[in-house]
Amino acid sequence: MAMVLSDEQKILRDTARTFLQTSAPIDQLRRLRDEASADGFDRKTWESVVEMGWTGVLVPEDHGGVGMGHVAAGVIAEEMGRTLMASPYLSTAVMGATAVVGYGSASQCNKWLPPLAAGSLNVAVAVDEGRSHSPASISTTAQPTERGFRISGSKFFVADGHVADLILVSARSAGGPNDTNGISLFLVPSAASGIEIQRQTMVDSRNSATVRLEGVEVDAETLLGEAGAGYSALEHVLDAGRACLAAEMSGSAQQCLAQTVDYITTRQQFGQPIGSFQALQHRAAHLFAEIEIGRSAVIRALQALDAASDDRSLIVSVAKSKVGWVAQLAAQEAIQMHGGIGMTDELNIGFFLKRVRVAEALYGDTNFHADKFARLRNY
Amino acid sequence: MRQPLREENDAVWGGRNPTFKSNEQKVWLERTVEKGWTAPEWPVKYGGGGLSKSEGKILREEMKALSARPPLMSFGVWMLGPALLKYGTEAQKQTHLPPITRGEIRWAQGYSEPNSGSDLASLMTRCELHGDHYLINGQKIWTSYGHKADWIFVLVRTDFEAAKHDGISLVLVDMAQPGVTTRPIKLLSGMSHFCETFFDDARCKVDNVVGDLNRGWTVAKYLLTHEREMIGGSAIGRAAMRPLSEIVTQQVGLNELGVLSDLVLRTDVVRTEIDSLAFLWTTERVADEAKAGQGVGAMSAMLKYSGTELNKRRYELMMYSAGHDALTLGHEANLARDWLRTKGNSIEGGTSEIQLNIIAKRILGLPSA
Ligand SMILES: Cc1cc2nc3c(=O)[nH]c(=O)nc-3n(C[C@H](O)[C@H](O)[C@H](O)COP(=O)(O)OP(=O)(O)OC[C@H]3O[C@@H](n4cnc5c(N)ncnc54)[C@H](O)[C@@H]3O)c2cc1C
Repeated sequence: MAMVLSDEQKILRDTARTFLQTSAPIDQLRRLRDEASADGFDRKTWESVVEMGWTGVLVPEDHGGVGMGHVAAGVIAEEMGRTLMASPYLSTAVMGATAVVGYGSASQCNKWLPPLAAGSLNVAVAVDEGRSHSPASISTTAQPTERGFRISGSKFFVADGHVADLILVSARSAGGPNDTNGISLFLVPSAASGIEIQRQTMVDSRNSATVRLEGVEVDAETLLGEAGAGYSALEHVLDAGRACLAAEMSGSAQQCLAQTVDYITTRQQFGQPIGSFQALQHRAAHLFAEIEIGRSAVIRALQALDAASDDRSLIVSVAKSKVGWVAQLAAQEAIQMHGGIGMTDELNIGFFLKRVRVAEALYGDTNFHADKFARLRNY
Repeated sequence: MRQPLREENDAVWGGRNPTFKSNEQKVWLERTVEKGWTAPEWPVKYGGGGLSKSEGKILREEMKALSARPPLMSFGVWMLGPALLKYGTEAQKQTHLPPITRGEIRWAQGYSEPNSGSDLASLMTRCELHGDHYLINGQKIWTSYGHKADWIFVLVRTDFEAAKHDGISLVLVDMAQPGVTTRPIKLLSGMSHFCETFFDDARCKVDNVVGDLNRGWTVAKYLLTHEREMIGGSAIGRAAMRPLSEIVTQQVGLNELGVLSDLVLRTDVVRTEIDSLAFLWTTERVADEAKAGQGVGAMSAMLKYSGTELNKRRYELMMYSAGHDALTLGHEANLARDWLRTKGNSIEGGTSEIQLNIIAKRILGLPSA
């Protein structure tokens, strides 16, 4: 498959770029932060996003979506990464949709996909329990009851948790602490009794929450896929999220470089633009090369998801690991090349540094994915 | 012909006095020449395969899947050919391209001089009209395989008054003449594959100037983009064939948890493998974009820079993983030699620093000092 965007995807990219730059520039995130917004995202902009069909990007047409696939979903994420738009896009339109479309029963699809595509249902993915990502190391339990299951446990770092209507929860119905067997997935309404959601203030000013489930009674209809066999579905959902996070970080990295190149072209010291100094030129050029390499990994990963490739996990891990590394380099270099002003809150670069740090950690940081890659290659 | 190339002697370079290590090599070359597959994307009338870019890509992938060896290594195919196809006269194409595709004439590259390396445009080799031909005087250096080549494409100064870049021409010179001599230079690997090349009243016919007289710098730069792609891409092409981790695992072994015994080395190996894969995809993406009309141009500088720096990293790790075995020149001799050779990757064809300069100026548009 050619590693270039189709005409349709290019139009989407251009539309997204124009829309985001005018309707959701970084100043929007700054405002949400400064006003301590209760939602953590701008509802009005989100309505426009829904109107443009982005919430249905992975939902098939017969369920109210536009079914454009993961490359398209990544194109949107990449553009969002350029302006750091805060929204439940990743957890809802990418991961939520991947879960229900891929593993939902006919009735679950009918129930959840239309509102998801229509923007009236936000989803959050509750997976991690420890200090870092480790989807098999969970102790949240799901005990069979007469009408379904009783779920108990605590989930941390749940992106968009406090604005979610539906929470995808991974819980152990069998097996030991690190077993991949015995994990089940549930689609639990956030309003269910026994769920306590506490919003966390994050360094990137984006939404995240701790979700506590205490004896939450759910009926059998909430189970996604087969009991005890949810791990491979979970990995698929996570991979969809990871690839889009890589796309988002790639957009952020490109934006950091572009802003830095602009700055060093105009800023004068020693009677000349600082961008004429070779020390800075080489740092910028090296960063450019790394960003280009990262971009290739992103498109490859998104294509692997669309093609349901056997190598999906390996390719996605390359993308998440590589781009996580590159985006951090980009944000750090951007600050250094801006000098003192780079350290100020007034300049936008700091928002990138902070968001990239969180996006890098979400669903496995660069070390997690490097290790996973090595294991997949049997070393 | 399905074994990977082990050492440089294994490769077939052709030329007036070709050497083949086996009859299979000879047959393989003859068969591919018949199909035009030594230069798959060149027009059939010049001995190429007449394939489109997409067909060429399919052929390369099929060859790779078969682990087929490249039938012919050739500066003619990689560097001079593309420049002739773009800037050559019809007569030049008809004279020079078919012998390249058949592996009958081996070419050398006469760019660098003792005082003109990175600052190539300062070159001083003189080329002056003398009746119906040119006379060339001067010295080139680091001429790869100069002592084995039949012809050489040489950057010469043809206007001594003009500005630095405006008095240069690219000329084609037959090396089988008394005016051209070569002296091999020993490399740090103990081998010698490059030479000093001397021109003392060497003769060259007037119709052997490629492109317009004094406009050779444009041709030279175009040729360099092909050289860079070739160096950047081939380094990693080899890397893609046998994953580094496979080599390292074989040597270092796994521990009881099934991970590489040397955990520090493991981290370096993983990062290098991830970078190599992502880089390999980048060469594909750039090729796909070129096919879609976006042009490679200055991106070749990026491929050259990243590909060669990666290849050096890969060989450093192979040296670590082979341990003491890699340090004896008799045993595992090839690895040590290959490792030493990789140090030239980021120098030949324009150093890494020069590639970064090109990216900064031509892609990022940063100002000159
Ligand atoms: C294995 C090998 C094969 C080769 N084969 C050929 C061949 O077949 N034909 C041929 O013509 N040439 C060949 N070369 C020569 C090669 O192109 C030159 O060595 C190269 O261009 C560098 O020139 P130099 O050696 O004079 O180094 P210099 O230009 O003197 O460079 C020395 C150092 O200074 C740095 N430097 C120089 N200018 C700048 C600048 N503006 N900014 C920042 N840093 C700078 C360089 O990056 C380098 O680190 C070969 C070289 C090698 C190693």
